[in-house]
Amino acid sequence: MTNYLQSLGKTGIDACASLGRSGIFLFRTIVAKPQFIATFPLLIKQISQLGIRSVVIIVVSGLFIGMVLALQGYTILSKFGTTDALGQLIALSMLRELGPVVTALLFAGRAGSAITSEIGLMKATEQLSSLEMIGVDPLRRVVSPRLWAGIYSMPVLALLFNVFAIFGGAWVSIDLLGVDPGAYWSNTREAVDFGEDVINGIIKSVVFGVLVSWIAVYQGFVTRPNSEGIASSTTRTVVFSSLAILGFDLILTAMMFGEF
Amino acid sequence: MNEQPLIQFHDVSFSFGARQIYDSVSLNIERGKITAIFGPSGSGKTTLLKLIGGQLLADNGGQVIVDGHNLATLKRRDLLTLRARMGMLFQSGALFTDLNVFENIAFPLRVHTSLPEDMLNDIVLMKLEAVGLRGAKNMMPFELSGGMQRRVALARAIALDPDIIMYDEPFAGQDPISKGVIVRLISLLNDALGLTSIIVSHDIDMTAAIADYMYIVSDTHVIAHGSPADLKRNDSQQVQQFIQGLADGPVPFHYPAVSYAQDLRLLAN
Repeated sequence: MTNYLQSLGKTGIDACASLGRSGIFLFRTIVAKPQFIATFPLLIKQISQLGIRSVVIIVVSGLFIGMVLALQGYTILSKFGTTDALGQLIALSMLRELGPVVTALLFAGRAGSAITSEIGLMKATEQLSSLEMIGVDPLRRVVSPRLWAGIYSMPVLALLFNVFAIFGGAWVSIDLLGVDPGAYWSNTREAVDFGEDVINGIIKSVVFGVLVSWIAVYQGFVTRPNSEGIASSTTRTVVFSSLAILGFDLILTAMMFGEF
Repeated sequence: MNEQPLIQFHDVSFSFGARQIYDSVSLNIERGKITAIFGPSGSGKTTLLKLIGGQLLADNGGQVIVDGHNLATLKRRDLLTLRARMGMLFQSGALFTDLNVFENIAFPLRVHTSLPEDMLNDIVLMKLEAVGLRGAKNMMPFELSGGMQRRVALARAIALDPDIIMYDEPFAGQDPISKGVIVRLISLLNDALGLTSIIVSHDIDMTAAIADYMYIVSDTHVIAHGSPADLKRNDSQQVQQFIQGLADGPVPFHYPAVSYAQDLRLLAN
């Protein structure tokens, strides 16, 4: 019993310590004196690696989720004879929830894991030590461009996801299911409020971008420098990111759309 | 010329968590000489280099002094300046995998100097010529063999014309030819550039051939030091075991364990 309590306490303390360390790590990365001219090319390279290379999977997922949602929504709405509301159903669920959340989950799997394994491998092959010995702060040269690239890319990817989902949904609704296009689009336009829906969705995606990138760079940086360590850090990035995304989504949704 | 040793360790202790790596070790590394540090694998030889580079700090009480500066009290900016005077050759080479050979060597120059591009080009080519790899300047690190990677890393380590160069296991995993090439380069660079070289290795034959002074580190202590010839004559069993490469001796072949019979459950408890 005492042992059990002891190990429980130790786990708790370890978790707090690791959260604190990662917080200091994030702080030091963000306040590291920016050198725009020197790091700008690195940032552009990371945006291309992390953001632009994620476009295909985001676009395809958006398109298919939009189409599936249209099919499912139609069967239910048609029972009540309100298939005209299909457009607003798709647009609102995408902009408010599915867009930011699914994009962030995909981004964690596609880019977060890549960041962790790349930084982890740089650590294992002593490249990070080597930078330190040359007198360059790895936080500034390696971590910071990846962190910012993730933060910048996420909202853009989420918007792209939304656009393709809405058009995928529209294609299925109008061209396959025969919903009246005028009613579809005017309902959509009426229901969507720019501040309430679009901006809130962007805020969510920025928050998720920070979470995923932070977890990914931190896990890479503290990895045990061997193949087993890199594998477990990469897994942790995807698991922790997904849980953090879902947890924060609940909190943000409650704050933005909850009516208490 | 300052006659004080370039690097001094005074009663340096260091531990990773509960594991003690060094217990009040004192040693001196003289200017302009090749000093070799030997020890069995896992005796913390790389740690020693990181202590010199200030990447790790000694436990309280000990002092690491590099060219008169106590690393523990040095400001971060001064530490970075001091590091610009040190080159380090990592065990794996540690070339930046996203840069080609030329850019890898140009990297420290770009960080610490603002030389015009044509002058930078000349310096990089000179360093590459010194390690015999000028022809490989446009290749990426993954296209090079292990020995070539280490030579490129060596060129990078001397890019800023450092005063101190540290070699972490320069011979590990090298074929006999590249071992020979690296040994020759180390001694050539030391003499031609007036460097102070520190070699951490467990390859006794290769290193004894070029080292001026050697330290043998085992079990958290320096167990012997002297010139290679002195150490060959040293009559301590522990030193001889190491120099001759005997499997068993004061440094045991067996990892500490309960008695064999007990492990096999042959004894009635």
